[in-house]
This record gives sequence, C-alpha cells and structure tokens, in this order.
Amino acid sequence: MNIHEYQAKERFRAAGIPVPPGEVATTPEEVEAIARSIGGMVVVKAQVHSGGRGKAGGVKLAKNPEEAREHASRILGMEIKGLKVTKVFVTPAEDIATEAYVGVLVDRKSQCPTFMVSSEGGIDIEEVAATKPEAIRKLKVDPRYGMLPHQAYWLANTLYDDPALVKQGAKVIGQLYTAFVDSGASMAEINPLISTKAGAVKAIDAKMSIDDSELFRRPEVAAMRDTSDEPWEETKARDAGLSFVKLDGNVGCCVNGAGLAMATMDLVKYYGGEPANFLDIGGSSNPDKVVAALEIITADPDVKVILFNIFGGITRCDDVANGIVEATKRIDIKLPIVIRLTGTNEEQGIKILADAGFSAFTSMDEVVQKAVELAKA
Amino acid sequence: MSILIDKDTKLVVQGITGRDGSFHTRQMMEYGTQVVAGVTPGKGGQSFEGPDGKTVPIFNSMDEAVAATGANTSVIYVPPAFAADAIMEAADSGVKLVVAITEGVPVQSMARAHAFARDRGVRVLGPNCPGIISPGKAKVGILPAQIVAEGPVGVVSRSGTLTYEAVFQLTNLGLGQTTCVGIGGDPLIGTNFVDCLEAFEADPDTKAVVMIGEIGGTDEQEAAAYVKAHMSKPVVGFIAGRTAPPGRRMGHAGAIISGSAGTAEEKVRAFEENGIAVARRPIDIAGLVQAALA
Repeated sequence: MNIHEYQAKERFRAAGIPVPPGEVATTPEEVEAIARSIGGMVVVKAQVHSGGRGKAGGVKLAKNPEEAREHASRILGMEIKGLKVTKVFVTPAEDIATEAYVGVLVDRKSQCPTFMVSSEGGIDIEEVAATKPEAIRKLKVDPRYGMLPHQAYWLANTLYDDPALVKQGAKVIGQLYTAFVDSGASMAEINPLISTKAGAVKAIDAKMSIDDSELFRRPEVAAMRDTSDEPWEETKARDAGLSFVKLDGNVGCCVNGAGLAMATMDLVKYYGGEPANFLDIGGSSNPDKVVAALEIITADPDVKVILFNIFGGITRCDDVANGIVEATKRIDIKLPIVIRLTGTNEEQGIKILADAGFSAFTSMDEVVQKAVELAKA
Repeated sequence: MSILIDKDTKLVVQGITGRDGSFHTRQMMEYGTQVVAGVTPGKGGQSFEGPDGKTVPIFNSMDEAVAATGANTSVIYVPPAFAADAIMEAADSGVKLVVAITEGVPVQSMARAHAFARDRGVRVLGPNCPGIISPGKAKVGILPAQIVAEGPVGVVSRSGTLTYEAVFQLTNLGLGQTTCVGIGGDPLIGTNFVDCLEAFEADPDTKAVVMIGEIGGTDEQEAAAYVKAHMSKPVVGFIAGRTAPPGRRMGHAGAIISGSAGTAEEKVRAFEENGIAVARRPIDIAGLVQAALA
C-alpha cells in the first residue's frame, strides 16, 4: 500500500525526523488560508500515489497566498500519470543549500533492510545509479540489531563535509530506520533531504510504501489507505478478498492461483487477444467470491467475454463447477462465458457445467483460443 | 531418490488443530507421510484423529514434540501473525527442514526469521508456498497428490496452480517426478531456485528439471547462470507475467516489476542465453522435457 507524502511525513515526524510544517487542503480557498497562516513563500504539492509530480506540474512555488490559491486551482483536478489530484499539501518554501538522497527498502537478495544514500539528491536515484554510481553508498542492516550508530554515521559521512551536518544527517538516518520499522514499510525514502543555508538538515519530501501483510497489526497505518485515486474495482476486489489488477483489454479473466492467472493473461496475448484484468480467485469454491469476481469483471464495458481457468488441485472440480453455476444464477450475465476446468474430479465438474449450459473445456490452450475468438467476434 | 523429503521424513505439523492444518494433515497421512506429532499451544496431551483410525499426539511446543518423537521436519499452517515465530521455534527445536505454507507473513518479520534459521543451519522452504512432494514417498504441504507420479523429472516453481498445470501434463505424458518443490511467491523465501537445482543435480534419479518462474526479483537470472556453470542435466523453463504491468503486485507479494527490473523478458533472455529451453505456452513444458530426455 502506498501512502501520500503528507502521511509519510506524519510517520517521519513521529520518529523525530525534522520535517517542515504543512497542511492538506482540497480547495483553493483552503490553500490560500493555509498559505496566509504559514506566511512567506510556500510550496503547493499535489498528493497522488505517483512519482514525477514535479515534472507533471503538480508542485509549484508561490510568493503569496493569492498565488498559492491560483496554483491550487490548477493542480486540484489535474491528472498525473492517470491519477486525479484531489488533495494538495501546503508547506513553507525552504532556503536550500544542499540536496541529498536517503532511502531504505527490503532487499530480496540479502533479505535485509538496505539503505542507499547519496549526496546527489533531488533527482531520481535510479538516474544517479546509472550515471554516477560512485556517489551512492549502500548499507545492509541486520534486522536483529537494527541500525547501529556508527553505521548511520558512516552513511551520513558521504553526504556532508561539515561535521555539524554529518551529525544531524546520522540522526535522521537512524530515525528513518525507526519510521520504516514502526510503520511496517517495504520502502521509505527522503528525496531530497536538504541542508539549509542556516545549517539545518530537513526532510522536505517523503515517500513510503507499506507491506500489505503488516496492516492487520498496524491499524493506525491501515487507516491511511486512500482509495480515491484507484479504480473502484480494485477497492471492491480487495474487500472481497480477491487479488485484482485492471488492464486495458477485453478478455475478462477469472483464475485460481497467481501464477496460473499471469500465465492465462500471457496466453490470451499469445493468441492475439488482450486481457482485461488479472484476477486470482484463490483456492476456494465459495460462490460469494465468484459472484464478486463476476460483478467486477462485467462492470467493465470493454469486456466482451469471460474466461475461467481453474485447476482443481485440493479444491475439487465438481465443487468449483457448483460454485460457478450457483454464482451465475445469482447475477444476470449477458456476456459469453467460457470455462476451463481440470484436475481432481474433472469429469464430474465438466458434466455439471455442461448440464447448466456452459461451454466447458479441459485444455487451457483451447479455452483461451475460444475466448480470444469470441472477444473478436 | 528425491530431494528434501523422502520415506525417512518424520513430520511435525505446527497448527495441526486449525482448519487448514487438520485438513492437510489427513491428506498427508493418506499419502503415506509419517506424521509423528502435532503442535498447538494449550492442546498438549490431546491427540489428532487421522485417517484409518490413526492418531497423532499433540504437544504444546516444538521442543517437546521433537524430544518425544525424533521429528526431523516441520510444516507450518499457523496464521500470519504467529508464523514467523513458529518458524523460529521450529529452527530452535532440532528439525532440519521447516516448510512454511502460511501466506501474508510480514516481510520484516521474515527478514528476522530467515536470519535466525540460517544461523542454526536450518533450511526454510517458503513462506507462502504449496510445499513439496516426492511421489511415492512423502508429501509435506498442500500439493494435490492425485496429479503426480514417480519418475525422472524434478520440478521447482514459485507458483502453486501453475506448477500443478505443468506436473499434470508431465504425468499425462508418462513423465513422472522425483520431487516437486514450490519455493513460494513471497519476496523473502528460505529456499531459492539455485538451492533446488543444486539438489536435483546431485540426485541420481533426476534426469531433467522443470523451473517455473515469474516476474519480480532476480532469482531466475541467478538460477540461469547456475545452470550454465554447474548443471549437466537438461533444464526446461517457463516464466509467467509477460503481460504484467510494471509497479503492480500480481497476487504474489513477490511478483512485482520494480522500475525496469524483474521483467519476464529479462528472465526469458537469461534462460535462453544460458541453455535453458523456454516454453512459450504452459502446454509446451512437458513436450520440451520429453524432447530433452529423448
């Protein structure tokens, strides 16, 4: 789960990281009032779950409250990478001397939280890694001991020459690790971490992704979920316990198992079709899940055909077939449905489906070709 | 022979009284796996009713279960909130292999659990995996026994049902398996492709290997380099997720293209450049194995 900049800043602040003040607003009038109470120059920043906000024109400097209001009226409602901006964050403009990068994520290979820092901040770290890799310092943190003070100092040393700044930087690095652990994050990033001309180190941007598996034990973080810029189908799927990702095609896919679901999408494409979605319905034969899946798939006006691909392993094919028949009785579907069912008790399963009037297949290849053909018809 | 589990596997089930734990314990016993103990805190002294009138003693802790029964392997069906601790408890109990089926274990907890198990020389399989089956010998986990057969092919995969798909086709073509291993769909897993390839290469009965990968991470790329450098046996590969959009999690917590890294294309290329025959469609997997063994 991604959280907004202003939410990540709340987590950072709670860990002690120096973050400039600021407030969230949803209307230009509110922005003007906030800018007035802050006083002086402010920055108006779009709050969407996407990078590249600055390049898209979603971050603007304002000299006075009136200008802040004007910027807000342009930013609110704009789209950044397909996501509509409904909130902006208003924060004082800072007097920047240097910009650094500090980030931490769980590295799959070493299986440890891994820090990456660079004195080249304010730009995409992947770009720095490609053009100036010597400007990056990395550190694996042993999750059993956490970030040790000398490690934080070693990282901060690469950011600054001035010992006073190194000391502040090391403190922020330790605090970022705390925020990362306490939030159940999979990634946390400060870009840029600035030093001001007066010699203060501050986080003026914040980015954080939360591990979905942590949410059950961190209700205060789970409450930060903002579904306003995600397709409603994805919200509904999550509530129904389904794994769903919306795509642009017209073959609606309903599959058990994530790997098989991906392979089904790939095969649709292989035969010249376009998948409308990724959907893993899980291992159960529960008709409620099938109903939720069908409601989500059929709500997409582009979908021309519904393709089921079910491998009955532990779940028996006859159970799955009964689930599909039951679900399609509860919801009125005009689109053609093709079903592939194989594995344990497949003969019984196919018979149940055939008796209910469905075209049922046992071969994944055949059913996908049939679905693509129907989608083109 | 087989890898990781066989007729000498003495299994303890952690979470034996839960819904999934009890269902799959019966299935494993029906397949002939020696289930010697179960653990559910607070239910020590009771016994689990298995199939055919067989019973399994239940203990309060792994320590007691292993001391009383000499178990050498554990399988974990406990809920996500307790799974990482269950893995560490198992790693401290004297078993050598811990198979973690549970999906949704927090990644930071797994970082600690993996380090803990590594320090004790204990192998973890998973989490978020379907487990392992050595046809005709033993099954640990949730893989459907009906679709496997004894034979010369080793199968290793990050996915569940996609593995069943491949195994079912192999079996239908008369190509049985030495062992089928699901290594799990999480970003941090205890046993990776290279570990399994190494074991299959060393197993005299395994004549060919099927490796099923997916988007996310670099495990497949490292496995491909390993195949080229160390494997004498043919390897057939498949990669799921060619149509997956970047930055989106495709069901499995580990199936995500980060930036431009972990795409299906780069994995397919790594396979092909290192002498692994890549099946374009799942249906082609078994045929490629047949051709490699001919």
